[in-house]
Amino acid sequence: MRVVLRNPKREIEIVGKRRVHALLDELQLSREAHLVIRNGTLVPGDAQLSDDDEIEIRPVISGGA
Amino acid sequence: MVASVSLCRVCKQPAIIDLPRHHANFCAEHFIELCRRQVTKAIEGFDMLTAEDRILVAVSGGKDSLAVWDLLIELGYQADGLYIGLGIGDYSDTSGQYARDFANQRGLTLIEIDVRATHGYDIPTAAAATRRVPCSACGTTKRHLFDQAALDGGYTVLVTGHNLDDEAAVLFGNTLRWDIGYLARQLPVLPARDGFPKKVKPLVRLTERETAAWCVVRGIDYLIEECPMAEGNRHLQYKAALNSIEQQSPGSKAAFYLNFIEHMAPLLAGQAELPDGLQECTRCGSPTPGDICAFCRIAERASAHDPVPVEFLAKKKKKAQR
Repeated sequence: MRVVLRNPKREIEIVGKRRVHALLDELQLSREAHLVIRNGTLVPGDAQLSDDDEIEIRPVISGGA
Repeated sequence: MVASVSLCRVCKQPAIIDLPRHHANFCAEHFIELCRRQVTKAIEGFDMLTAEDRILVAVSGGKDSLAVWDLLIELGYQADGLYIGLGIGDYSDTSGQYARDFANQRGLTLIEIDVRATHGYDIPTAAAATRRVPCSACGTTKRHLFDQAALDGGYTVLVTGHNLDDEAAVLFGNTLRWDIGYLARQLPVLPARDGFPKKVKPLVRLTERETAAWCVVRGIDYLIEECPMAEGNRHLQYKAALNSIEQQSPGSKAAFYLNFIEHMAPLLAGQAELPDGLQECTRCGSPTPGDICAFCRIAERASAHDPVPVEFLAKKKKKAQR
Protein backbone atom coordinates (compact mmCIF):
# COMPACT_ATOMS: atom_id res chain seq x y z
CA MET A 1 0.00 0.00 0.00
CA ARG A 2 1.10 3.55 -0.67
CA VAL A 3 1.36 5.54 2.53
CA VAL A 4 1.62 9.33 2.57
CA LEU A 5 3.24 10.84 5.66
CA ARG A 6 3.41 14.52 6.60
CA ASN A 7 5.79 17.01 8.15
CA PRO A 8 7.64 16.67 5.86
CA LYS A 9 5.36 15.24 3.19
CA ARG A 10 6.72 11.96 1.85
CA GLU A 11 5.55 8.59 0.57
CA ILE A 12 6.49 5.07 1.56
CA GLU A 13 5.40 1.67 0.30
CA ILE A 14 4.24 -0.96 2.82
CA VAL A 15 3.64 -4.52 1.71
CA GLY A 16 1.04 -6.79 3.26
CA LYS A 17 -2.25 -6.44 5.11
CA ARG A 18 -2.27 -4.97 8.57
CA ARG A 19 -4.62 -3.09 10.86
CA VAL A 20 -4.42 0.70 11.30
CA HIS A 21 -3.06 0.49 14.85
CA ALA A 22 -0.42 -2.04 13.77
CA LEU A 23 0.70 0.28 10.97
CA LEU A 24 1.00 3.24 13.36
CA ASP A 25 2.90 1.14 15.90
CA GLU A 26 5.22 -0.15 13.17
CA LEU A 27 5.98 3.42 12.10
CA GLN A 28 6.35 4.43 15.78
CA LEU A 29 3.60 7.03 15.46
CA SER A 30 1.32 7.93 18.36
CA ARG A 31 -2.29 6.80 17.93
CA GLU A 32 -3.38 9.90 19.82
CA ALA A 33 -1.50 12.22 17.52
CA HIS A 34 -2.56 10.89 14.11
CA LEU A 35 -5.58 10.20 11.93
CA VAL A 36 -5.52 7.54 9.25
CA ILE A 37 -7.37 8.20 6.01
CA ARG A 38 -7.94 5.35 3.54
CA ASN A 39 -8.88 6.26 -0.02
CA GLY A 40 -10.13 9.64 1.23
CA THR A 41 -12.16 8.34 4.20
CA LEU A 42 -11.27 8.21 7.90
CA VAL A 43 -10.83 4.73 9.32
CA PRO A 44 -10.75 3.52 12.95
CA GLY A 45 -7.83 1.75 14.60
CA ASP A 46 -8.94 -1.81 13.92
CA ALA A 47 -9.70 -1.30 10.21
CA GLN A 48 -7.83 -3.75 8.00
CA LEU A 49 -5.63 -2.11 5.35
CA SER A 50 -4.64 -3.96 2.18
CA ASP A 51 -2.05 -3.60 -0.55
CA ASP A 52 -4.21 -1.66 -3.00
CA ASP A 53 -5.19 1.00 -0.45
CA GLU A 54 -4.01 4.60 -0.65
CA ILE A 55 -3.28 5.68 2.91
CA GLU A 56 -2.63 9.10 4.40
CA ILE A 57 -1.33 9.31 7.95
CA ARG A 58 -2.15 12.83 9.10
CA PRO A 59 -0.55 14.33 12.21
CA VAL A 60 -2.97 16.35 14.30
CA ILE A 61 -0.67 18.10 16.73
CA SER A 62 -0.02 21.80 16.34
CA GLY A 63 2.51 23.82 18.25
CA GLY A 64 0.92 27.18 18.94
CA ALA A 65 -0.49 27.98 22.33
CA MET B 1 -13.10 -3.61 -0.13
CA VAL B 2 -12.24 -4.68 3.39
CA ALA B 3 -14.92 -3.89 5.94
CA SER B 4 -14.07 -2.14 9.18
CA VAL B 5 -14.67 -4.21 12.30
CA SER B 6 -15.68 -1.29 14.51
CA LEU B 7 -19.29 -0.23 14.61
CA CYS B 8 -20.78 3.09 15.64
CA ARG B 9 -21.89 3.07 19.27
CA VAL B 10 -25.13 4.82 18.32
CA CYS B 11 -26.36 3.28 15.05
CA LYS B 12 -24.18 0.13 14.71
CA GLN B 13 -23.13 1.16 11.18
CA PRO B 14 -19.41 0.97 10.25
CA ALA B 15 -17.37 3.44 12.31
CA ILE B 16 -14.91 5.97 10.89
CA ILE B 17 -13.17 6.82 14.15
CA ASP B 18 -12.32 5.20 17.46
CA LEU B 19 -12.33 7.44 20.53
CA PRO B 20 -10.79 5.45 23.38
CA ARG B 21 -11.55 8.22 25.91
CA HIS B 22 -15.24 7.67 25.25
CA HIS B 23 -14.77 3.87 25.07
CA ALA B 24 -16.57 4.08 21.74
CA ASN B 25 -16.43 4.22 17.95
CA PHE B 26 -18.56 6.52 15.81
CA CYS B 27 -19.81 6.80 12.22
CA ALA B 28 -19.46 10.19 10.51
CA GLU B 29 -22.97 11.35 11.40
CA HIS B 30 -22.74 10.48 15.07
CA PHE B 31 -19.17 11.74 15.40
CA ILE B 32 -20.37 15.14 14.14
CA GLU B 33 -23.23 14.98 16.62
CA LEU B 34 -20.78 14.21 19.45
CA CYS B 35 -18.60 17.22 18.53
CA ARG B 36 -21.61 19.54 18.38
CA ARG B 37 -22.73 18.27 21.77
CA GLN B 38 -19.31 18.77 23.37
CA VAL B 39 -19.00 22.32 22.02
CA THR B 40 -22.54 23.20 23.09
CA LYS B 41 -21.77 21.82 26.54
CA ALA B 42 -18.65 24.01 26.77
CA ILE B 43 -20.45 27.13 25.51
CA GLU B 44 -23.42 26.70 27.85
CA GLY B 45 -21.52 25.29 30.82
CA PHE B 46 -19.04 28.16 30.91
CA ASP B 47 -21.42 30.94 29.74
CA MET B 48 -19.27 31.60 26.71
CA LEU B 49 -21.69 33.00 24.17
CA THR B 50 -25.22 34.22 23.65
CA ALA B 51 -27.23 34.48 20.44
CA GLU B 52 -26.87 38.28 20.61
CA ASP B 53 -23.08 38.30 20.76
CA ARG B 54 -21.04 39.80 17.94
CA ILE B 55 -18.33 37.17 17.63
CA LEU B 56 -14.86 37.48 16.15
CA VAL B 57 -12.99 34.20 15.56
CA ALA B 58 -9.18 34.29 15.45
CA VAL B 59 -8.43 32.22 12.32
CA SER B 60 -5.02 30.84 11.39
CA GLY B 61 -5.96 28.55 8.49
CA GLY B 62 -5.25 25.51 10.68
CA LYS B 63 -7.71 22.83 11.76
CA ASP B 64 -8.75 24.23 15.15
CA SER B 65 -9.64 27.76 14.14
CA LEU B 66 -11.50 26.62 11.00
CA ALA B 67 -13.28 23.90 12.98
CA VAL B 68 -14.45 26.32 15.68
CA TRP B 69 -15.62 28.86 13.10
CA ASP B 70 -17.48 26.11 11.23
CA LEU B 71 -19.02 24.76 14.46
CA LEU B 72 -20.21 28.19 15.60
CA ILE B 73 -21.85 28.92 12.24
CA GLU B 74 -23.42 25.45 12.25
CA LEU B 75 -24.77 26.04 15.76
CA GLY B 76 -26.43 29.25 14.57
CA TYR B 77 -24.05 31.93 15.84
CA GLN B 78 -23.06 35.00 13.82
CA ALA B 79 -19.28 35.05 13.61
CA ASP B 80 -16.69 36.90 11.52
CA GLY B 81 -13.09 35.75 11.15
CA LEU B 82 -9.80 37.55 11.74
CA TYR B 83 -6.63 36.40 10.00
CA ILE B 84 -3.24 37.86 10.88
CA GLY B 85 -0.46 37.62 8.29
CA LEU B 86 2.61 36.99 10.42
CA GLY B 87 5.13 36.93 7.55
CA ILE B 88 6.44 33.42 8.25
CA GLY B 89 7.44 32.79 4.62
CA ASP B 90 5.47 30.24 2.57
CA TYR B 91 3.78 29.01 5.75
CA SER B 92 1.92 32.31 6.17
CA ASP B 93 1.12 32.60 2.45
CA THR B 94 -0.47 29.15 2.45
CA SER B 95 -2.30 29.50 5.78
CA GLY B 96 -3.86 32.78 4.64
CA GLN B 97 -5.15 31.11 1.49
CA TYR B 98 -6.87 28.35 3.49
CA ALA B 99 -8.57 30.96 5.68
CA ARG B 100 -9.69 33.00 2.62
CA ASP B 101 -10.98 29.91 0.80
CA PHE B 102 -12.96 28.79 3.85
CA ALA B 103 -14.59 32.21 4.22
CA ASN B 104 -15.28 32.67 0.49
CA GLN B 105 -16.85 29.23 0.08
CA ARG B 106 -19.28 29.97 2.91
CA GLY B 107 -19.91 33.66 2.29
CA LEU B 108 -18.36 34.63 5.63
CA THR B 109 -16.53 37.85 6.49
CA LEU B 110 -12.78 37.56 7.02
CA ILE B 111 -10.86 40.56 8.31
CA GLU B 112 -7.15 40.48 7.43
CA ILE B 113 -4.23 42.25 9.08
CA ASP B 114 -0.74 41.94 7.62
CA VAL B 115 1.79 42.66 10.35
CA ARG B 116 4.55 43.85 8.00
CA ALA B 117 2.20 46.10 6.03
CA THR B 118 0.64 47.64 9.13
CA HIS B 119 3.46 47.56 11.68
CA GLY B 120 6.63 47.17 9.61
CA TYR B 121 7.85 43.78 10.82
CA ASP B 122 7.25 40.04 10.66
CA ILE B 123 7.69 37.26 13.22
CA PRO B 124 11.10 35.90 12.07
CA THR B 125 12.47 39.46 12.23
CA ALA B 126 10.84 40.08 15.61
CA ALA B 127 12.42 36.90 16.99
CA ALA B 128 15.86 37.95 15.74
CA ALA B 129 15.53 41.58 16.85
CA THR B 130 14.27 40.79 20.35
CA ARG B 131 16.39 37.63 20.77
CA ARG B 132 13.29 35.88 22.08
CA VAL B 133 11.96 32.52 20.98
CA PRO B 134 9.73 33.02 17.92
CA CYS B 135 6.59 31.69 19.69
CA SER B 136 6.94 34.43 22.33
CA ALA B 137 7.08 37.32 19.83
CA CYS B 138 4.31 35.63 17.82
CA GLY B 139 2.01 35.20 20.84
CA THR B 140 2.44 38.80 21.99
CA THR B 141 1.81 40.10 18.47
CA LYS B 142 -1.29 37.98 17.90
CA ARG B 143 -2.86 38.67 21.31
CA HIS B 144 -2.44 42.42 20.86
CA LEU B 145 -3.86 42.46 17.34
CA PHE B 146 -6.76 40.13 18.27
CA ASP B 147 -7.72 42.39 21.20
CA GLN B 148 -7.40 45.56 19.18
CA ALA B 149 -9.39 44.23 16.20
CA ALA B 150 -12.17 42.92 18.47
CA LEU B 151 -12.51 46.24 20.30
CA ASP B 152 -12.17 48.41 17.17
CA GLY B 153 -14.76 46.29 15.34
CA GLY B 154 -17.30 46.43 18.17
CA TYR B 155 -17.22 42.65 18.73
CA THR B 156 -18.43 41.48 22.13
CA VAL B 157 -16.46 38.20 22.21
CA LEU B 158 -13.18 36.97 20.78
CA VAL B 159 -13.14 33.21 20.07
CA THR B 160 -9.94 31.20 19.78
CA GLY B 161 -9.52 27.59 18.63
CA HIS B 162 -7.65 26.32 21.69
CA ASN B 163 -8.56 22.66 22.16
CA LEU B 164 -8.32 20.19 25.03
CA ASP B 165 -4.75 19.21 24.11
CA ASP B 166 -3.64 22.86 24.04
CA GLU B 167 -5.17 23.56 27.43
CA ALA B 168 -3.90 20.33 28.99
CA ALA B 169 -0.36 21.06 27.73
CA VAL B 170 -0.41 24.61 29.14
CA LEU B 171 -1.81 23.27 32.42
CA PHE B 172 0.93 20.64 32.49
CA GLY B 173 3.62 23.31 32.06
CA ASN B 174 2.08 25.61 34.67
CA THR B 175 1.76 22.69 37.10
CA LEU B 176 5.36 21.58 36.61
CA ARG B 177 6.38 25.05 37.75
CA TRP B 178 3.48 25.46 40.24
CA ASP B 179 2.93 28.83 38.65
CA ILE B 180 -0.07 29.89 40.70
CA GLY B 181 -0.64 33.17 38.87
CA TYR B 182 -0.89 31.45 35.49
CA LEU B 183 -2.86 28.51 36.92
CA ALA B 184 -5.44 30.90 38.35
CA ARG B 185 -5.88 32.51 34.95
CA GLN B 186 -6.13 29.29 32.95
CA LEU B 187 -9.86 29.41 32.36
CA PRO B 188 -11.93 28.71 29.24
CA VAL B 189 -13.52 32.15 29.58
CA LEU B 190 -11.73 35.40 30.35
CA PRO B 191 -14.21 38.20 31.01
CA ALA B 192 -13.82 41.60 29.38
CA ARG B 193 -11.85 44.08 31.49
CA ASP B 194 -9.91 47.31 31.22
CA GLY B 195 -9.64 47.52 27.45
CA PHE B 196 -9.51 43.74 26.84
CA PRO B 197 -12.39 41.94 25.08
CA LYS B 198 -14.09 38.83 26.51
CA LYS B 199 -12.20 35.75 25.27
CA VAL B 200 -13.60 32.22 25.04
CA LYS B 201 -12.39 28.77 23.98
CA PRO B 202 -15.34 26.65 22.80
CA LEU B 203 -13.14 23.66 21.80
CA VAL B 204 -11.85 22.86 25.29
CA ARG B 205 -13.89 19.66 25.39
CA LEU B 206 -12.49 18.34 22.06
CA THR B 207 -9.04 16.87 21.53
CA GLU B 208 -7.04 17.93 18.52
CA ARG B 209 -7.49 14.50 16.97
CA GLU B 210 -11.22 15.21 17.16
CA THR B 211 -10.99 18.73 15.70
CA ALA B 212 -8.85 17.37 12.84
CA ALA B 213 -11.40 14.59 12.27
CA TRP B 214 -14.19 17.20 12.27
CA CYS B 215 -12.39 18.97 9.40
CA VAL B 216 -11.85 15.73 7.45
CA VAL B 217 -15.49 14.66 7.82
CA ARG B 218 -16.82 18.15 6.99
CA GLY B 219 -14.52 18.47 3.95
CA ILE B 220 -12.65 21.47 5.36
CA ASP B 221 -9.23 22.01 3.77
CA TYR B 222 -6.75 23.33 6.27
CA LEU B 223 -3.01 23.81 6.61
CA ILE B 224 -1.63 20.49 7.85
CA GLU B 225 2.03 21.46 7.94
CA GLU B 226 3.42 22.61 11.27
CA CYS B 227 4.72 26.15 11.70
CA PRO B 228 8.46 26.00 10.86
CA MET B 229 9.20 28.16 13.89
CA ALA B 230 7.29 26.02 16.40
CA GLU B 231 9.23 22.80 15.75
CA GLY B 232 10.54 21.27 18.95
CA ASN B 233 9.04 23.89 21.27
CA ARG B 234 8.19 23.05 24.88
CA HIS B 235 4.45 23.07 24.24
CA LEU B 236 4.90 20.24 21.70
CA GLN B 237 7.03 18.29 24.17
CA TYR B 238 4.28 18.54 26.80
CA LYS B 239 1.71 17.37 24.27
CA ALA B 240 3.83 14.35 23.36
CA ALA B 241 4.20 13.46 27.07
CA LEU B 242 0.46 13.76 27.68
CA ASN B 243 -0.35 11.71 24.57
CA SER B 244 1.93 8.98 25.78
CA ILE B 245 -0.04 8.86 29.06
CA GLU B 246 -3.35 9.10 27.18
CA GLN B 247 -2.53 6.09 25.01
CA GLN B 248 -1.91 3.98 28.12
CA SER B 249 -4.78 5.48 30.09
CA PRO B 250 -7.52 6.92 27.84
CA GLY B 251 -9.36 9.89 29.28
CA SER B 252 -6.35 11.20 31.23
CA LYS B 253 -6.05 14.48 29.34
CA ALA B 254 -9.74 15.32 29.75
CA ALA B 255 -9.64 14.37 33.45
CA PHE B 256 -6.47 16.40 34.02
CA TYR B 257 -7.86 19.58 32.46
CA LEU B 258 -11.61 19.39 33.11
CA ASN B 259 -11.19 18.30 36.74
CA PHE B 260 -8.74 21.14 37.22
CA ILE B 261 -11.36 23.57 35.94
CA GLU B 262 -14.05 22.04 38.13
CA HIS B 263 -12.15 21.40 41.36
CA MET B 264 -8.94 23.46 41.44
CA ALA B 265 -9.70 26.64 39.53
CA PRO B 266 -12.36 27.76 42.08
CA LEU B 267 -9.79 27.35 44.87
CA LEU B 268 -7.36 29.56 42.97
CA ALA B 269 -9.86 32.31 42.18
CA GLY B 270 -8.44 35.64 43.27
CA GLN B 271 -4.84 34.45 42.97
CA ALA B 272 -4.41 35.57 39.37
CA GLU B 273 -1.59 38.04 39.17
CA LEU B 274 -3.31 40.72 37.20
CA PRO B 275 -1.22 43.86 37.15
CA ASP B 276 -2.73 46.68 39.16
CA GLY B 277 -2.92 50.22 37.94
CA LEU B 278 -2.96 49.58 34.20
CA GLN B 279 -2.50 52.70 32.16
CA GLU B 280 -2.73 53.45 28.47
CA CYS B 281 0.32 52.65 26.34
CA THR B 282 1.75 55.98 25.18
CA ARG B 283 2.11 54.57 21.64
CA CYS B 284 -1.09 52.61 20.97
CA GLY B 285 -3.40 53.25 23.92
CA SER B 286 -3.63 49.59 24.98
CA PRO B 287 -3.69 48.80 28.70
CA THR B 288 -0.20 48.21 30.08
CA PRO B 289 1.51 48.27 33.48
CA GLY B 290 4.34 50.44 32.09
CA ASP B 291 4.57 53.37 29.69
CA ILE B 292 4.89 51.25 26.54
CA CYS B 293 3.12 47.91 26.03
CA ALA B 294 4.96 44.67 25.14
CA PHE B 295 3.62 44.74 21.58
CA CYS B 296 4.87 48.28 20.90
CA ARG B 297 8.28 47.40 22.34
CA ILE B 298 8.53 44.45 19.94
CA ALA B 299 7.25 46.55 17.02
CA GLU B 300 9.77 49.30 17.74
CA ARG B 301 12.77 46.96 17.77
CA ALA B 302 11.65 44.65 14.98
CA SER B 303 10.61 47.38 12.52
CA ALA B 304 14.07 48.95 12.87
CA HIS B 305 15.78 45.60 12.14
CA ASP B 306 16.71 44.34 8.66
CA PRO B 307 14.15 41.73 7.54
CA VAL B 308 15.15 38.18 8.54
CA PRO B 309 13.87 35.34 6.33
CA VAL B 310 12.29 32.41 8.17
CA GLU B 311 14.74 30.01 6.48
CA PHE B 312 17.63 31.77 8.23
CA LEU B 313 16.11 31.22 11.68
CA ALA B 314 15.14 27.62 10.87
CA LYS B 315 18.75 26.83 9.83
CA LYS B 316 20.10 28.50 12.97
CA LYS B 317 17.70 26.48 15.12
CA LYS B 318 18.70 23.18 13.52
CA LYS B 319 22.37 24.01 13.98
CA ALA B 320 21.75 24.75 17.68
CA GLN B 321 19.90 21.45 18.12
CA ARG B 322 22.77 19.38 16.68
